[in-house]
Amino acid sequence: MSIMTELAARDRVFNFLTPTDSPVDVRHGPILYLEDVNVSFDGFRAINNLNLTIDDGELRCIIGPNGAGKTTMMDIITGKTAPDTGSVWFGSRHNLLTMSEPDIASLGIGRKFQKPTVFEALTVFENLELAMAADKRVFPTLTAQMKPKHRERIEEVLETINLQDLRDRPAGILSHGQKQWLEIGMLLMQKPRLLLVDEPVAGMTEQEMERTAELLTSLAGKQSVVVVEHDMGFVRSIARKVTVLHQGSVLAEGSMDQVSNDPEVIKVYLGEEA
Amino acid sequence: MWLTRPLQERSTQLFLGILFFALIVVTVLHLALPEGNPLHVSAYTVTLLGKYLCYALLAVAVDLVWGYLGILSLGHGAFFALGGYAMGMYLMRQIGDRGTYGDPILPDFMVFLNWQELPWYWYGFDMAWFAFAMVLLAPGALALVFGWLAFRSRVTGVYLSIITQALTFALMLAFFRNEMGFGGNNGLTDFRDILGFNLRTDATRLGLFIATGIALAIGYVVCRGIVTSKLGRVSVACRDAEARTRFLGYRVERVQLFVFVVSAMLAGVAGALYVPQVGIINPSEFSPIFSIEIVVWVALGGRATLYGAVIGAILVNYAKTVFTGVMPDAWLFALGALFVLVTVFLPQGIAGLLRKRRKSTDDGSGPSESSSTSEATA
Repeated sequence: MSIMTELAARDRVFNFLTPTDSPVDVRHGPILYLEDVNVSFDGFRAINNLNLTIDDGELRCIIGPNGAGKTTMMDIITGKTAPDTGSVWFGSRHNLLTMSEPDIASLGIGRKFQKPTVFEALTVFENLELAMAADKRVFPTLTAQMKPKHRERIEEVLETINLQDLRDRPAGILSHGQKQWLEIGMLLMQKPRLLLVDEPVAGMTEQEMERTAELLTSLAGKQSVVVVEHDMGFVRSIARKVTVLHQGSVLAEGSMDQVSNDPEVIKVYLGEEA
Repeated sequence: MWLTRPLQERSTQLFLGILFFALIVVTVLHLALPEGNPLHVSAYTVTLLGKYLCYALLAVAVDLVWGYLGILSLGHGAFFALGGYAMGMYLMRQIGDRGTYGDPILPDFMVFLNWQELPWYWYGFDMAWFAFAMVLLAPGALALVFGWLAFRSRVTGVYLSIITQALTFALMLAFFRNEMGFGGNNGLTDFRDILGFNLRTDATRLGLFIATGIALAIGYVVCRGIVTSKLGRVSVACRDAEARTRFLGYRVERVQLFVFVVSAMLAGVAGALYVPQVGIINPSEFSPIFSIEIVVWVALGGRATLYGAVIGAILVNYAKTVFTGVMPDAWLFALGALFVLVTVFLPQGIAGLLRKRRKSTDDGSGPSESSSTSEATA
């Protein structure tokens, strides 16, 4: 972020004066705060004056038809895409727009991609090892030793995601659903404050879906979780609060019942299914 | 410790065992047997083998970045040649006043060009410690600057390969110029001693051969130490899913930079040991073809195994020696055909063939074996 924009927008202290390694400040409630965010790709407005607030410990579902800007929104939060205008804050202290992807990740935002992305050549165990919260600079990584407490932590997560028996197999041989689980496991290893989960149950069986629902609900409270999902049954089973995105901005927000009775929402989205 | 971990591995012990055994056998056959004996290894052969070992170390360096980091460098010849030039400059300064023109300071080619004094970048190369440090630092510094610019801008894949190729080509053109002060297209040659030992005696040649073998052993252990560390797994992660690695909090560009610089330094060491054994360094070592040839060695031996790179480099260069002796014109066709055949029929190279064999012999030994083979495929 250039210094000129900072000088122009003097509603807070200069960014470079705020320490970046300070803990996330959630005393004011929200852990994630997006305000008036706009992004366009070649004239197409993918995100259009988006305002969104996620409270600390909340489990929020985001739904919306294809092209509503769900994935772009995640790209902005994790630092992959820079918005044209607007501001994105993590807690009330960290301006995410000035930070790189690894910085944002080590601050405590974990992300699961829409298409499950695991390291296929590495074993399930090694996948979790790499995701583990640790000093991730080059030299500490070179000299890193596996300690018993690390091993225990990985075992714990292996159990949670039900992949103990496949721990020493390369992740490439896992089924689609198992890869989804492994990726969720990798998120857990990161111990993030905020989990962004993009379509977690695609390709899962009914039972696997139930377990995923259990897992995500159990996380809420300790961590904040944002789930983007198409599967309405799944959303209904976990959601307390739902946000409907449409054409890059928030169309409706509220409980699943409120939202599904909203005439606007029915028109653009649910109407097609009902 | 990451450096001692490989020494406890069976595969590394086996590799080092074979390497040291070969060094000892060659030394004994060279020294103990009289020259007429059919098993006698001549000084010529010792130097030839030393050359192969230099290529093997170079191939290991390329395999580290290509096999484990996914960066196909088509310019590693540049780092090899820079290490070679650093050594060549030291050897030139060792000639002293024994050159054709008898100038105590200026190398012959500078006298020939009517230069009055030594260019500043030749200072210090009369001291062995400085020159040997430059063998590591010159290629390392180039890799650092080049890598920093390329990886920071997230240049990857084919584009990066093309840029590395352009890098070595540009350096070749630059070193061809007499004004650069590196001897132009003749390069640096006519060396006499290294560290006080006469380069033309058999004992020095044998010593250089053994030194190269030890350098290969150290280089192999360093690379193996990196790839078996957590950082090695992170570089495989960068290779297979760069974006994912970034979202886990790793700075992908720094991992790439570190591994790339280490690899360039190893290539520099290989070049430095190569020069006293072949007796010349000239800009042809920068030629793009040479850098591509290195990649062929690694592909043939098997990527991401390290020992495969060693096998590939030695086999291809042995074939080259034989072929260019029998029918020199056909060599490039043979090399091209070899590359095509290996890519189509042996995508994992010779190492893949060895592994398949081992797998089929210990089939049915249960899941405990699978962890070691899955590690090998990584």
